[in-house]
Amino acid sequence: MATAPEITSIPNPERRAVITGIGVIAPNGIGTEKWWEATRAGQSGIGRITRFDPSQYPAQLAGEVEGFDAADYIEQRMIVQTDHWTHMALAATQMALEDAQFDPEGKDPYRMSVITASGSGGNEFGQKEIENLWGKGPIFVGAYQSIAWFYAATTGQIAIKYGMKGPCGVVCQEGAGGLEALWHSRRNILRNVDFVISGGTEAPIGPYALTCQLTTGRLSLESDPEDAYRPFDSRANGYVPGEGGAIIIVESADHAEARGAPQVYAEVLGYGATNDADHPKRSTADGTQLGRAITLALERAGIGADEVDAVIADAAGVPEADAAEAQAIRDVLGNEVPVTAPKTMVGRLYGGGAPLDVAAAVLAMRDGVLPPTTNLDSPAEGLDLDFVTEPREAQLRTVLVNARGFGGFNSALVLRRP
Amino acid sequence: MRRSAVTGVGVVAPGGVNREAFWDTITSGRTATRKITFFDPEGFRSQIAAEADFDPHAAGLDDQEINRMDRYVQFAVAAAMEAVTDAGLDVEQIDRDRTAVTLGSAVGGTMVLERDYVVVSNHGQKWLVDHEYASPFLYQALVPSTLASEVALKFGAHGPSVVVSTGCTSGIDGIGYGHQLIQDGEADIVISGASETGISPISMACFDPIKATSRRNDDPAHASRPFDRDRDGFVMGEGSAVLVLEEFESAQARGAHIYCEVAGYANRGNAYHMTGLRPDGAEMAEAILDAMAQGGIEPEDIDYINAHGSGTKQNDRHETAAYKRALGDQAYKIPISSIKSMIGHSLGGIGAVEMAACALAIDRGVVPPTANWENPDPECDLDYTPNEAKRKQVDAALSTGSGFGGFQSAMILARPQELQEVGI
Repeated sequence: MATAPEITSIPNPERRAVITGIGVIAPNGIGTEKWWEATRAGQSGIGRITRFDPSQYPAQLAGEVEGFDAADYIEQRMIVQTDHWTHMALAATQMALEDAQFDPEGKDPYRMSVITASGSGGNEFGQKEIENLWGKGPIFVGAYQSIAWFYAATTGQIAIKYGMKGPCGVVCQEGAGGLEALWHSRRNILRNVDFVISGGTEAPIGPYALTCQLTTGRLSLESDPEDAYRPFDSRANGYVPGEGGAIIIVESADHAEARGAPQVYAEVLGYGATNDADHPKRSTADGTQLGRAITLALERAGIGADEVDAVIADAAGVPEADAAEAQAIRDVLGNEVPVTAPKTMVGRLYGGGAPLDVAAAVLAMRDGVLPPTTNLDSPAEGLDLDFVTEPREAQLRTVLVNARGFGGFNSALVLRRP
Repeated sequence: MRRSAVTGVGVVAPGGVNREAFWDTITSGRTATRKITFFDPEGFRSQIAAEADFDPHAAGLDDQEINRMDRYVQFAVAAAMEAVTDAGLDVEQIDRDRTAVTLGSAVGGTMVLERDYVVVSNHGQKWLVDHEYASPFLYQALVPSTLASEVALKFGAHGPSVVVSTGCTSGIDGIGYGHQLIQDGEADIVISGASETGISPISMACFDPIKATSRRNDDPAHASRPFDRDRDGFVMGEGSAVLVLEEFESAQARGAHIYCEVAGYANRGNAYHMTGLRPDGAEMAEAILDAMAQGGIEPEDIDYINAHGSGTKQNDRHETAAYKRALGDQAYKIPISSIKSMIGHSLGGIGAVEMAACALAIDRGVVPPTANWENPDPECDLDYTPNEAKRKQVDAALSTGSGFGGFQSAMILARPQELQEVGI
């Protein structure tokens, strides 16, 4: 007989996944409570790019995390081996573990995993090294290029730092990847993992990364932050990119209960993912596939449309994509459910965006308040949803989070307060 | 429990750019490693690679697809078309809402990213690059998710689509992801696999300073030497493979040719080092044991092991130890081979190409060899199937992978019980 493995990845549908810890690094606040306070108050973190001189580029705004010093969280040796994107993830991981009051030291390593989302990896680190290559020559490329810029760097470094040997993952779906990472954490919890460091961050504010983003035609070219990222508004004109994100602890419900976790924010209850498979570049104006993702999420959660108390929208900021999302929400949930998009205060964070929205969803449920969508003054014609434009008190038990990614990715996640 | 049948196989690899040419290459023991021709490798430590002579038009891609798709996306689309055709699926007839795409890649669109970078930076001279010189599809190169979105678009697949990027285990993990979607009822058909085309200056330069790649530049045909005493690193390759996975009962019901099924899949982290491996192989052994336990597979059931066998000193030792740890004495009796000896190491793509090799080994009863195996290494003392393919009935094949980030993956493909011939 073969030796038995430490864990066997046969799915057990009885196992449940809950969120027990959050760590946030966002343009409008470092640390979950600081960010949440700013978000509830409608304070924006978007401004003119300072990471480099953006004067020559048509888009000059971004949500940058001001005052973040990697040395406050991680040792120098690690800082030089990793990109800014990984620095923020390591810092957010530390916060999330503290929030969950969980010390991985001495725990069964095979029952702990790391599953993060990445949009564009360590692109700033990569630009420096490719500049060395083409500007000076191959021998000037540093030894850490091979481990710093690739999309798996963040998951790998977190797993090594905290001694986690369970199934690890890295998922890429541009802006939708964060929800997939959380649901894939649940897939692994069904397969006998107990504790997953999930979510993700992004650092897309480098000259070359911005150049790449400009080719989509979806960035706002406005110079005043209030004019720039205005999803669902009649003056919607694209979006502003941002950096940061959230690390989310997804834990088996039994494990959280057995160890006396300080809080269970929400259960990861249902999920749906679809692809428009419509056009290689254009935003689809058709909400059918996003609507189907929402329907699938409700079905998996085993709840009716009337049980959704609020929606955190993807909020593309591109008129046709906004119309598609509004149509999807209206078709599946009707037009009475409150809809908000707090990412107007930070920009689109790609791999970090959906995890930050999940953080907003669970804290909204905890505190009974929906954060506002800023810059939404007059909804575009035909978008007759209940948009939350001022902080609003609300009893929330179930919140739906939408996320989409360039390339037709649609995702919807149902979270429920215990 | 829902099971995953493999019903279609498509491959783009060095030495032959479709399934049959690939099978011919790896069973004949021919090596496709050569001096790099894609760029002038002068000044690089490692100047050799296994390049694929791929013609996208011949593979059926149209001019617009070729223009907007990076090479690794073209490979995957070509492999996916071959796999879907092989499976006998009519994309107009299948339920495309229940058709998923799960593909792996470690370095994504680096070729286009580098090509455009050279222009916008004017040969590395400008940090503040000139965006006006960027090509219109450059963003698709920045985000590796393009691999999944383009394949989904090609077939109109409206199910879940994802790119898995776990370094050099991305290929096994991409297929494993698809298997889990079928198990969990999230999809009925999955276009799964991986693709990588990393033979570009920046990718080659990554591995030079850490001495991961071979510098047997004067003898490229014999440079990839897994498990051989004189191995000195891996040889970069490129390639893609796609397996069509289908929910087992529905594949049976439509009378599909079933190559094999996914009997088990697992991945682990070694929680040790981004690039280094501990010699004991403990975490890879755990992944193997998990995959075996899922399928109820005993060491005696495994007829072939397709090794990661990258040809680095550390890897081949680590992997040999992992096999002994997981399989005990049986490890000495199972034929093992590394097809990287012939087609190089295509990073995130290779795991899927190796799963394709396993599916074909089961289907055709042949174990491909490890080429260039000449001198035994006392630390690698198993049967590596040196230089010549072996005829052998293969009912279960194990494949393993190791990746930067400390990832260890294992997958077992097996002939389904109901399709096994009754012995006397």
